[in-house]
Amino acid sequence: MLPTRAAILALMLGAAAVAAPSQAETIEVTIDRLVYAPAEIEAKVGDEIEWVNKDALVHTATLKGGAEVLLPAKKSGSLLLQEPGSFDYICRYHPNMKGRITVRP
Amino acid sequence: MTIRLTTAATVIALLFGANGAIGADKPTDPQIAHIAYTAGVLDIEAAKQAIAMSKNKAVVEFAETMVRDHDAVNKQALDLVKKLNVTPEDNDTSKALSQAAETKRQELAKLSAAEFDKAYVEHEVAYHKQVNGALETLLIPAAQNGELKGLLETGLKLFQGHQQHAEHVATELK
Ligand SMILES: [Cu+2]
Repeated sequence: MLPTRAAILALMLGAAAVAAPSQAETIEVTIDRLVYAPAEIEAKVGDEIEWVNKDALVHTATLKGGAEVLLPAKKSGSLLLQEPGSFDYICRYHPNMKGRITVRP
Repeated sequence: MTIRLTTAATVIALLFGANGAIGADKPTDPQIAHIAYTAGVLDIEAAKQAIAMSKNKAVVEFAETMVRDHDAVNKQALDLVKKLNVTPEDNDTSKALSQAAETKRQELAKLSAAEFDKAYVEHEVAYHKQVNGALETLLIPAAQNGELKGLLETGLKLFQGHQQHAEHVATELK
């Protein structure tokens, strides 16, 4: 079964325009047994992150003070990166799950 | 408080064998499966009590996570024991855990909403700590079957997450 896009959420607020959509990529992060892999990713504004949750557990990707992507069991969810910066994130239900996204302009 | 500490001590004594020597009385795989499954069921029951009694959003959400996660893991455990053709075997540790949980349930039932929240969340921190300690030092090392060991290891990661989540809710209640 192909993963469905459960959610596409804008990263942070702000009027930042999505730059160069023609070059935008989708970066995949797998969740398996409570681990984000890869845990650290580098991206650029306009890219999208897709978390593929292989666990039979509900997880989230919750950015510190920012957006949250809900990742139901065996489903996936995405986030469009609209702002440069370095963002730490955790799973709200299992805060020992940790990841980081670095977004270049 | 005294009651809780005493029951915890009893459970730990049973986990480590009556003579106190670690590993002197290692549980078998059917016993380990029963202990792990029981620990999950008991946490689900505690969570259901919290969902019924609490009016705090963070507490209820935590409790709902406990029901959802422990149920998911216990389903995997049942599938595994079926596949391995193992029959979970009741034992003194499972019995002590159940008895301690029943004592706690009655104690919590007497508390009001805000007092209940605090006591429940604190107990959840202590309970996950206790179960994680048992998994790390006794149940995982004693498990003979590789798949059972793997499931327990994932369980440990999950319950460590629950412990951190509970600790976070506890600081919010202060
Ligand atoms: Cu999670």
